[in-house]
Amino acid sequence: MKAVSVFLVLGLVLFSGCAGKDSADLVIAGSTTVQPIVTRAAEVYSKEHPDTSIGVEGGGSGTGIRMVGEGSVAVGASSRELSSEEKRAHPDLTVNTIAIDCIAIVVNPSNNLSNSSLSLAEVRDIFSGKITNYKELGGPDRRIVLVEREDGSGTRSMFESMVMNNTDVSDAALQKPASGAIRFTVSGNENAIGYLGIGYLDGSIKPIAVNGVLPSEESVRAKSYPLSRDLYLITKGKPSGLAGEFIDYLLSDAGQDIVKEEGFIRLE
Amino acid sequence: MKKLFDQERVVGAALMVFSITALVILLLIMLFILDGGLPLFNKVSVSDFLLGDKWVPAKGLFGASQFIVAALLVTFGAILLSVPLGISCAVFLAEIAPGWAKRIVRPAIELLAGIPSIIYGVFALIIIVSLVRVTFNVATGETILAASIVLAIMILPIIISISQDSIESVPRLYKEGSYALGATDWQTIHRVLVPAAGPGIVAGIILAMGRAIGETMAVVLVIGNVEKMPAGLLDPGETLTSAILLEMGEAVVKSTHYNALFCLGLVPFILVLFMSVLSSRLTTKNKARFA
Amino acid sequence: MLSKNADRLAKIWLWLSALVIILVLLSVLGYVFINGIGAISVSFLLDMPQNNWREGGIYPAIVGSLIVVFVALAFAAPVGVGTAMYLTEFRTEGLVTRIIRTSSDALNAVPSIVFGLFGLSLFVFYLGDYTGGPSLLSAGLTLGFMILPTIIRTSEVAMRNVPYAERMESFGMGASKLQTIRNIVLPGAVPGIATGLILSIGRAVGETAPIIFMVALNPTIPKSLFGSGNTLTTQLYYLSMEGISMKVAFGTALTLMLVILTLNAITRVFKKRLSRNLRRC
Repeated sequence: MKAVSVFLVLGLVLFSGCAGKDSADLVIAGSTTVQPIVTRAAEVYSKEHPDTSIGVEGGGSGTGIRMVGEGSVAVGASSRELSSEEKRAHPDLTVNTIAIDCIAIVVNPSNNLSNSSLSLAEVRDIFSGKITNYKELGGPDRRIVLVEREDGSGTRSMFESMVMNNTDVSDAALQKPASGAIRFTVSGNENAIGYLGIGYLDGSIKPIAVNGVLPSEESVRAKSYPLSRDLYLITKGKPSGLAGEFIDYLLSDAGQDIVKEEGFIRLE
Repeated sequence: MKKLFDQERVVGAALMVFSITALVILLLIMLFILDGGLPLFNKVSVSDFLLGDKWVPAKGLFGASQFIVAALLVTFGAILLSVPLGISCAVFLAEIAPGWAKRIVRPAIELLAGIPSIIYGVFALIIIVSLVRVTFNVATGETILAASIVLAIMILPIIISISQDSIESVPRLYKEGSYALGATDWQTIHRVLVPAAGPGIVAGIILAMGRAIGETMAVVLVIGNVEKMPAGLLDPGETLTSAILLEMGEAVVKSTHYNALFCLGLVPFILVLFMSVLSSRLTTKNKARFA
Repeated sequence: MLSKNADRLAKIWLWLSALVIILVLLSVLGYVFINGIGAISVSFLLDMPQNNWREGGIYPAIVGSLIVVFVALAFAAPVGVGTAMYLTEFRTEGLVTRIIRTSSDALNAVPSIVFGLFGLSLFVFYLGDYTGGPSLLSAGLTLGFMILPTIIRTSEVAMRNVPYAERMESFGMGASKLQTIRNIVLPGAVPGIATGLILSIGRAVGETAPIIFMVALNPTIPKSLFGSGNTLTTQLYYLSMEGISMKVAFGTALTLMLVILTLNAITRVFKKRLSRNLRRC
């Protein structure tokens, strides 16, 4: 009998949980690239407005766009533009730009390629597998280990459209589910070369200059560094209510400070 | 009396509903995985999917043979590494270990079985990957071998416990007969006990293979995830399960890419179900032999 | 004597094999402890994460893991124990018990990532209106499906281990089947059932792949089952993958490890009691 009463209590607790539909007043789901900005902003925003709670979910750009399109979350985060398929399925989505990201080509600090500059064509030849050894670039006789993001990743599709120019990335490339994982691999392997968002640059890896320009806030703003993209929060129709207030907050000075603190580039 | 009888029938009926839940869930899983996966074959033929080796979702290429080969290679490597060690340890526990040693080794194996796969993954990501890179002097340690090593550790408990059970269920008579003929401990073990326990041990190995094919988290962290047909154990690769984990989040929902990922799930699902049935058949047969 | 030497060598090899396994276990445990011990403290467990998990604690993940396990058990414990009771007390061996047992075994073999795909399509996309989409409820139910076979199997063994004679005695004293189950079978099977439940808790706490598509790195405390949250395992995956903070990642790993070690110790106590009970009979 004891067991039965325990289950009754369990059931009651479960039902009491059913009262509210969703715990957070606003839920943002999607791209893992955008997540650090949104999470940090949600943290600060909730502190300033103690009566609101903002939940952040990952899932990737695809999941985020689908969920906002179907109305299961108010805001989707994406590091890529809507595909034509997605535009057709959800024609009422609004794309709000909240920050600029820039892709850095990175190598291990012990790799002396980090002191030289590559042209976009050379980067393309490396990633397409045409150049497979560092000696072809004037370095030591070591095999190049390519590190890229997984299929469907916003960062990857940006890299492919900006660098690869319709050539495929070599199928010998190691695939990583996140920029942090790319940094981890490159920092631990002197043969590795990869690409990641500028927010992930730290002392454990070194960026390579592209066309003689190193990735930085200034070079992106001056449009001299070629690999940059916008990051988006997507809403159904014009952003309104709490979603609108949160996006406004992100676009405010305080919000853009967070963008910068997290390593991305402010909108101007 | 009548009332009691009724109460019993009511409880019996309620429990029957409970007990078909497992079957219902299993059927639901099949239904939803098929529903998610089958639309792929409106766009791509089954043979292109199973035999093709180009996986470029953006271009509508969904060849998965390299994932299947990598999954089989990883599993093969893991079995190769863990079977000798596992059977030895099972023999040790069943035949020669003194009480104190059993009291240490048994809990250790239970604990090994209880460690979450993500922890094995994080451990392997740093320790085993560098070990493989340095030992074999390869460009990257993220290889099929690294995944095999971590899987070997993870499936050891299954192999040990099932092998130990089957060795212990060999009738005493076999052993006594062997000793009576003047055989040493070792001769008895490898000529009599292990062969007699053979089918049970094989059942354990098959079960372990199923576990290895289906494992995701530990593998995805160390295998490198390269969509190219692996040429050997020292190549990076990408298994069926790691491809799903990597790409599901970013895939456009209900797109062909999404369908294809469900089909990738279908392959280990079917393989593992088949192995599970085979393994339990062998176990029952083995038990019947000595009964 | 060649065979004597072979005998000795073989025994050394058998001892070595056991030693290797102990060493492997110690190196995994040691690795997690050494890297995680610096991060872990009471405030690490009970504080909210700060500055994108780079500082502060992992409280939301702990709450999330508890809720998910609770939901999984709330579903799987009654269904699993009920199934075991049906198999042992209400049915003689036959086609029906074979079908139930085979489907439970098959369910047990389903790869965890397939549960992930299934949970995503059933709870998030198909029943999203009722489950809150990628919510703790969805994740918990998916885990509940996954641990059901373990609970069925362990409970069935526990009930079968209650001696047949005790049941007969109870019937002989005029007790009905239900009274016998309540007074004889269930009390006798409790240690075994509890062991099985704890085993399943350990499995549910430690699984990542089935819930990875439903649970994200959420810094808030979930207010209801229909909300999103994160768990120790998914947090560990995201923190180490995103390279946000390896220190917090290892702290999370150690926390998870300690939970597993504790559950393991509890099972051992139950098992000791169990074997004592059996000896008594």
